Amino acid sequence: MNAANLKFNNDEAREACLLRPGSTNCGGCGMSAGLTMLGRALQSEDYSLVIPACCGIVTAGAFPTTSYSVPVLASTFASAPAFASGVAAVNDLNQDPEQKPARVICWAGDGGTYDIGMATLSAAAERNENLIYFCYDNEIYGNTGGQRSSATPAAARTTTTPGGKGEGKKEIIEIMAAHHIPYAATLSIAHPEDFQQKVRKALDITGFRFFLIHAPCPTGWKTEPAETIELVRLAVRSGIFPLYEVYDGIDYRINAVPDGTDPARYYEKQKRFSGQEIDLQAAKDSSQKRLERLRLLAGLV
Amino acid sequence: MNMQLVTGNHAAGHSMSLAGEANRNARGVVCGIYPITPQTEIVEYVARFPFSKGSVIPVESEHSAMGVCIGASINGARSFTASSSNGLAYMAENVMVASFYRLPIVMAAVNRTLGPPWNIWADQGDSLMFRDFAWIQFYCDTSQDVADTTMLAFRVAEDPRVLLPVMVCMDAFIVSHTSMEIELATQEQADRFLPPCEIPHHLDSAHPVAAGGMAFPQDTLTHRLEIDETMRGVPAIIDEHREHFREEFGREVSGAVSAYRTEDADRIFIASGTISTTLKDVVDEWRERGEKVGMVKIKLFRPFPASEIRELCADVKKIGVLDRNYAAGIGGIFCHEVRASLQGQGDQMVQGYLTGVGGGDVVPGLVGEVVEDLTERSTAGDPVWKGIES
Repeated sequence: MNAANLKFNNDEAREACLLRPGSTNCGGCGMSAGLTMLGRALQSEDYSLVIPACCGIVTAGAFPTTSYSVPVLASTFASAPAFASGVAAVNDLNQDPEQKPARVICWAGDGGTYDIGMATLSAAAERNENLIYFCYDNEIYGNTGGQRSSATPAAARTTTTPGGKGEGKKEIIEIMAAHHIPYAATLSIAHPEDFQQKVRKALDITGFRFFLIHAPCPTGWKTEPAETIELVRLAVRSGIFPLYEVYDGIDYRINAVPDGTDPARYYEKQKRFSGQEIDLQAAKDSSQKRLERLRLLAGLV
Repeated sequence: MNMQLVTGNHAAGHSMSLAGEANRNARGVVCGIYPITPQTEIVEYVARFPFSKGSVIPVESEHSAMGVCIGASINGARSFTASSSNGLAYMAENVMVASFYRLPIVMAAVNRTLGPPWNIWADQGDSLMFRDFAWIQFYCDTSQDVADTTMLAFRVAEDPRVLLPVMVCMDAFIVSHTSMEIELATQEQADRFLPPCEIPHHLDSAHPVAAGGMAFPQDTLTHRLEIDETMRGVPAIIDEHREHFREEFGREVSGAVSAYRTEDADRIFIASGTISTTLKDVVDEWRERGEKVGMVKIKLFRPFPASEIRELCADVKKIGVLDRNYAAGIGGIFCHEVRASLQGQGDQMVQGYLTGVGGGDVVPGLVGEVVEDLTERSTAGDPVWKGIES
C-alpha cells in the first residue's frame, strides 16, 4: 500500500483532539495527557510533528493508520531537531503571508533529549531554528522497558540501575537557557491553564522554543495509573518540579510557588523508590535551594 | 561553451548549486552541510551560492547534515550534501533513512580511506559501505564526469519512477583536488534540464500520515519489494536521461559501464574511478604488443550492472578486477560483485587485485604487473595485493 495514496478526512478529528481514539498507550501515561493538552493548545494551528524513537512514535500505531490528526515524521533517535530544521526551513521559504504559519514541533522523550539527541538539540538551539521542542520527561527509557537515562532521578530503580541510580538528573532547562534561546519553560499536566497559556505564548515567538513536561510512566515508575496527575501536582507543590519560564536565557519567571508539600508524599507513591533510602531532608533542602536560586534569577529576592 | 579550469570538488559544488537554484519556482532548496577533508570545498561552494529561494544549514555533524536533507526533502524541497570517509560512517544511520523514505537526495561522496589509521587519501571503502542501503551509486573518473553525473543524478533521483537518493563518488585528491579544463553547465541549461522537484509523498496537513512509523513484516516486505522493482528499472531510466542530457548539453555523459577494446579480447580488466583511466593507457600499451586485452569501466555500482558485465565478458576466459577498496575477509568489493554476476554463466576465471588500497598511487607500471599476472595465471586465487614495498 502506498502511503501517499491514503486520504483521511481529518477535520472533525482534529477539532476534537491531536491524539485520536485508538492508541495503545498504557493507562495513566503522562505523555498521552501531554499530547492531549498540546492538541488543545494548538487547536486550529497548522503544524506537523517530528518524533524520534520513543513512545511518542509508537503512539502513531502501525502503518497505514495513525493516531495523530496532524502529519508526523519519524526521525532517527538522535535527529529530531535536525529533521525538524529541514522541515522548518522549507516551511519558512514557502510561507504564504496570507495563511497561518506552518509550524514544526518536535515531540521527544528524555532519552532523545538529555542523552542521544543532546548534540543535535544543542546545535539546533544554538542556530535558533524556528521550531518548538517538547521533551516529555518520564525519566527513563520507557519504550525499551525502563532503563536509566540522564533524566532519571537519584535513587530510582531502573532495569539498568537495579540498586537505584547513584547520580541525580541533568538540569535540562538550565542547559537550554544557557543557549540564550528566546523561550524555555516547564509544563505540568496538573496545571492545564498554565500549560495552555505558555504554549500559546510560545506561538508568538520566533526561533527555538523549548518545553519540558514532567510525564509519569506508571509502567516504568510502578505507580497507580490513576495517580499520574496527582504525582505531577505533588512534584510541583513540593518543589521537585518547579514551574517556570526563561526568556532569552536571562529573564526568569516563576509560574507556581511551591506550598511546602512534603516531598515524601511524591516518593512514597512510586515503587521505583521502594526499598531505597531517600534522605528526605536533603531532598527538601535541595528543592529549597533551587527555588531560592530561581527567585533570585526572577528578581524576587 | 562555458569552459573552466576547475577541480572535482568545484565541479560537484557547481552542478549541485545550479540544481538547487533551478528549483526556485517550486519549493526551493534546503541543505544540511558539514565539513570534512577532502570534500569541504564542495559544501563551501554551496554555502556561498546566492540561492534565490534556499537555505543552507551548517550543522554540527554529518548525521545532522543528512537529517536536515531528509526533513527538507520530505517537505518537498530539493536537497543535497557532500561527505567523505569517517564522516560518511558517522552519517550512516540517516543515509539509510533517506533511501527508505524514498527521498531523491543527491550526495557527493569524495572517496577517502576510513580511519584509523588517519589517512586522507583515496579509497572507496567509505561509500561502498552503503552498498546495501538502497542508494544509486556512480563512481566518476574526471571532473567533467563529476559535473555531468551530478546534474544527471538529480534528474534520475527525482524521476517519479525512481525516487531514490543518488551518491556521486569521486577519488579523493586525484579528482577532488586536481584541476582540469571542463565544460560547466550554465543556470539556463540547468533550468531547462531539471523539472521542478516533486515529492509525491511530502508532508501534507490536508492528508496527515505518520511517515516512518511502525509497520508489520508484510508491509515492510512490500516496501523492500518496491525498492527492488525500482532498482531493476534504474539502468534504463538512466539511459533515457543520458539522452536528455545529450540533447541539452550537447555532450555524452557516460553510462553504467564503458567497454574499451573488448571486441576480440581474450583478457578483460575491470576497474572503476580514476584507476580506469590509467588502465586504458595500459590496455593500449599491451595492444601495441599484439596482446588481446580489453577493459570495462564500471561507473554504476548500484544497481550493479550485472547483465552488461555478463554480456561483455561472455566470450572471455580470464577477467581481472582492480579494486581500490578492501572488504576484510573477502577482498575487493567490485571483484566480488563481478564474480557473483558471472556465476553460473560459463567457466570464466575472475581474479581480484587490490590496487591503491589506502590511497597509494596506481601507476601504469603497477597496472602492467596486474596484466602480466593474469596473463600467466591459469586459476583464480586469493586477492593479490599490489603496491606493497618490500
